[in-house]
Amino acid sequence: MSMDPTPLKIGSQEFRSRLFVGTGKYETYESMRECLEASRCEVVTVAVRRERLFDAQNRSLLDFIDTKRYTILPNTAGCFTAEDAVRVARLGRDILEQLENPGAQWVKLEVLHDKKTLLPDPVGTLEATRTLIQDGFQVLVYSSDDPATACRLKEAGATSVMPAGSPIGSGQGVLNPNNIRIILEMLKDGDPDYPVIVDAGVGTASDVTVAMELGADGVLLNTGIAHAKNAAAMARAMAHALDAGYLAFRAGRIPKKLYATASSPTEGAIANQ
Amino acid sequence: MSQADIRHTIEIRLNGESLTVEAPATVASLVVTRKPRPPFAVEVNKELVRRPQYEALALNDGDVVEIVTLVGGG
Repeated sequence: MSMDPTPLKIGSQEFRSRLFVGTGKYETYESMRECLEASRCEVVTVAVRRERLFDAQNRSLLDFIDTKRYTILPNTAGCFTAEDAVRVARLGRDILEQLENPGAQWVKLEVLHDKKTLLPDPVGTLEATRTLIQDGFQVLVYSSDDPATACRLKEAGATSVMPAGSPIGSGQGVLNPNNIRIILEMLKDGDPDYPVIVDAGVGTASDVTVAMELGADGVLLNTGIAHAKNAAAMARAMAHALDAGYLAFRAGRIPKKLYATASSPTEGAIANQ
Repeated sequence: MSQADIRHTIEIRLNGESLTVEAPATVASLVVTRKPRPPFAVEVNKELVRRPQYEALALNDGDVVEIVTLVGGG
């Protein structure tokens, strides 16, 4: 159980867990299922691909995901144009409607710039965001950590803006905490419940804590768990790290100071001061 | 191959590969032959085809068809 007393509201849905976990790159489907369980996540991301991608035993992803338990967030990963992302989003929605999964109204929009960096293309991303919103989607949009881009995406009507901590799968954590802080300040100005989720770049538990301590509403990750030496153990660590960061942010940290402040009283000390 | 055979088949692209199918063909008939494992979604020439349209939507020579499903992803 999460220690979070306040549910996270995204669009028309509420969650107790603030960790969103991807379903790609696990060694086995069994490992994936175990990791999702250990992470205590309620939302899982999936990709849309040509059919017949079964494993050696003719099993598919959905044999290992309880679609009544998890909200499935379909992504547009691998799309480099707005047009392709819109196509993939519509295909994903058609599948999730068949599963009667609440994720049918959602899309995790990615419009990428190039295969090497997998950084988002801001122009294509904005264009696809507008098209998909007109088409009735709640768009959770992957963005760079640029505050201006994040503002434009929110203005366009994105349900959640999801800035990258660092490039997808890089494991570099939150590279520019100042930008994340500025994004949070701008997007939540007069709209404190607007959900901002740090997506991508998480390498280990402390990265999740850092994102949450900055005030993010949640963290989305995949490789950090799936490629850890012991994936299920890392999934557990990520869940704890998320709670730690979230609780610390709400608790309110002390300001950083250059010089020391004694924790023990100076009064009554027998040593010469 | 006789003239009749040529007239009665069409050539489409299915999931990136060329495929010869008997004409007349619809999305519904293609699904029956291909037997994709549910759940899946179908696109013809970059447009989503919803289930109620499967029977009526005729496939033509040169159509580009995609049948997709969900896989692991981040």
